[in-house]
Amino acid sequence: MQGTWWRTILAASLLLTGSHLANAADPIKIGTFLTVTGSASFLGDPELKTLQMVIEDLNAKGGLLDRKIQLIHYDTGGNAKEAVNFVKRLIKSDNVDLIIGGSTTGDTIAVIPDVEKEGVPFISLAGAVDIVEPVKKWVFKTPHTDRMAAAKIYEDLGKRGLTKVALITGDGGFDKSGREQLLKLAPQYGMTIVADESYGNKDTDMTTQLAKVRGSEAQAIINFGFGQAPAIVTRNIKQLGIALPLYQSHGVASKTFIDLAGGAAEGVRLPAAALVIAEQLPDADPQKPVLLAYKKDYEAKYGPVSTFGGHAYDGAMIAIEAIRRAGSVDKARVRDEIERTKGLIGTAGVFNMTHEDHMGLALDAFKMVEVRNGGWIIVE
Amino acid sequence: MPEQLFQFLVTGVTVGSLYALVGLGFALIYNASDVVNFAQGEFVMLGAMTAIGLVTAGWPLVLAAIVATLLTVLVGLLLERFAIEPAWGASVVATIIITIGAAIFLRGVALLLWGKDFHALPSFSGDAPIHLGSATLLPQSLWVLGGAVLLVTWVHLFLNHTLMGKALLACSFNRAAAQLVGINVKVMLRLAYGLSAGLGAIAGILIAPITFSSYEAGIMLGLKGFSAAIIGGIGNPMGAVAGGLLLGVMEALGAGFISSGYKDAIAFLFVLMVLFFEPTGLFGHKVAERV
Repeated sequence: MQGTWWRTILAASLLLTGSHLANAADPIKIGTFLTVTGSASFLGDPELKTLQMVIEDLNAKGGLLDRKIQLIHYDTGGNAKEAVNFVKRLIKSDNVDLIIGGSTTGDTIAVIPDVEKEGVPFISLAGAVDIVEPVKKWVFKTPHTDRMAAAKIYEDLGKRGLTKVALITGDGGFDKSGREQLLKLAPQYGMTIVADESYGNKDTDMTTQLAKVRGSEAQAIINFGFGQAPAIVTRNIKQLGIALPLYQSHGVASKTFIDLAGGAAEGVRLPAAALVIAEQLPDADPQKPVLLAYKKDYEAKYGPVSTFGGHAYDGAMIAIEAIRRAGSVDKARVRDEIERTKGLIGTAGVFNMTHEDHMGLALDAFKMVEVRNGGWIIVE
Repeated sequence: MPEQLFQFLVTGVTVGSLYALVGLGFALIYNASDVVNFAQGEFVMLGAMTAIGLVTAGWPLVLAAIVATLLTVLVGLLLERFAIEPAWGASVVATIIITIGAAIFLRGVALLLWGKDFHALPSFSGDAPIHLGSATLLPQSLWVLGGAVLLVTWVHLFLNHTLMGKALLACSFNRAAAQLVGINVKVMLRLAYGLSAGLGAIAGILIAPITFSSYEAGIMLGLKGFSAAIIGGIGNPMGAVAGGLLLGVMEALGAGFISSGYKDAIAFLFVLMVLFFEPTGLFGHKVAERV
């Protein structure tokens, strides 16, 4: 009888100290779900690599709040249904403290109900303005919105005195949402849409649509899309001898677009994050050192940097700073601290979150760039 | 409007010749084995991607094109030997499913080899557009058109005027009878896969400067090429070419005069109409089933 008592006490104390020790050494768990494979893999791939790089780096420096950080990742393959399952798993069985993820708008929108219900801080890496408008308590995002891109393009058109525009957009979610914003903002900027054409994102020839644009009174063409289709549109415009200014979206702000479109890309303008023209920024720009450091680290490890990886970098920085300020991983406190993010310099711009603004970027975070001699230059 | 109509037609023929080239490959394997090879689009992709890889590595275009074609032929032969042949005697449906599996496998290999990005091949003779009245087309489109004409003529001559080609056709009409008259059916099948892989690769290399290529480019091209083959009457190489051109023109006119949003719907509606009124395709053989 006495022996049993002793054993029970011994076991209990061991358990107590054990669990106490485990608590102190327990890693902070950051969950992520990204589109690493599938058609939007060009988003998820650099995003995952960036998160891994940032967290590895932080752990090597001793971690956060004296704890290591553990990244738990699932690949959605661009399937919103999978995204919902993975987020449920992240919250309920992995018990993550915070979620950074959702490469596409579709994946992000699908998981919002669960995140809101369970109350987990969530930083999305997707573009559409609907993610943070209306404001959801637990949801934040780091990339520029398509509305900002539309506004930036119209602003530039206005400066050139052009008011009649032709739209040509693809059939993907990004394209359609961009087209909607362009249509919605047009009256506000005094723009008239004189042609509104579309194409399939896997089409190989858009000369039919562009021949119709040529027959309209358009003074400029706006193409909203990503992947190879905008490069084909750019080439077809050249082929048809259309001399109108062409605007692309931030979806093609990568070297791949210039490579694919070749000589036809010359003179194309688009709103882009400062990352693509980091070297050209004036030295006084506070963003410059951040951009160059991220670019150097990423390229040393994985190869050419993309703005999409930059969004993940910004998300990680916002999360890390918020946890540090909160001094714990208490979900409500971390959420409040994310909302109090002020003057954080990221790759997409300077983040100033508020109760009403869960993205925190101003329109000047976008730079209007033009393709010249196979590279980007700032034109503002 | 007539000025636009002409551009629409030129666009239609350009795009159509691209579908025709891909459709041609479907016809050959179907002729030899009654099987629709759903890895045909992947042959197109492999040819294009290999050529792009070699050109990027500094090879001259012609050499890269030849080596890429030969490598793709090798892949076609290996596919036949290690995936189709072991299933000898399996039903046509089972074999078709094997080709779908092979397509997914080849896509995966391409993903590992070349990554997820799109790649372009430089145009063979520059990018300066050629003006035909009010319409324009790219010099590369002439290469595609010319390639389609040459290849279809060659396939036609091969099937109808050489002993080997006739033996290949014989296998499709009646495999057992072909074997009885001394045709080695297995060798013929290998020949068919090798040839269509080669045809696919050449098509891929010719169209790569226009369409670009990536590891999953074969899906869309395969689908459109298959539609072309169906419209023309599958198994008829001439029909595949006519079907491809028709499909391209229908798409261009649909996008031009109705709405670019319904372009694919119009094209596929056309495919459905053809199948409804002429189930064997516009130029297909009328097969009489013996009871």
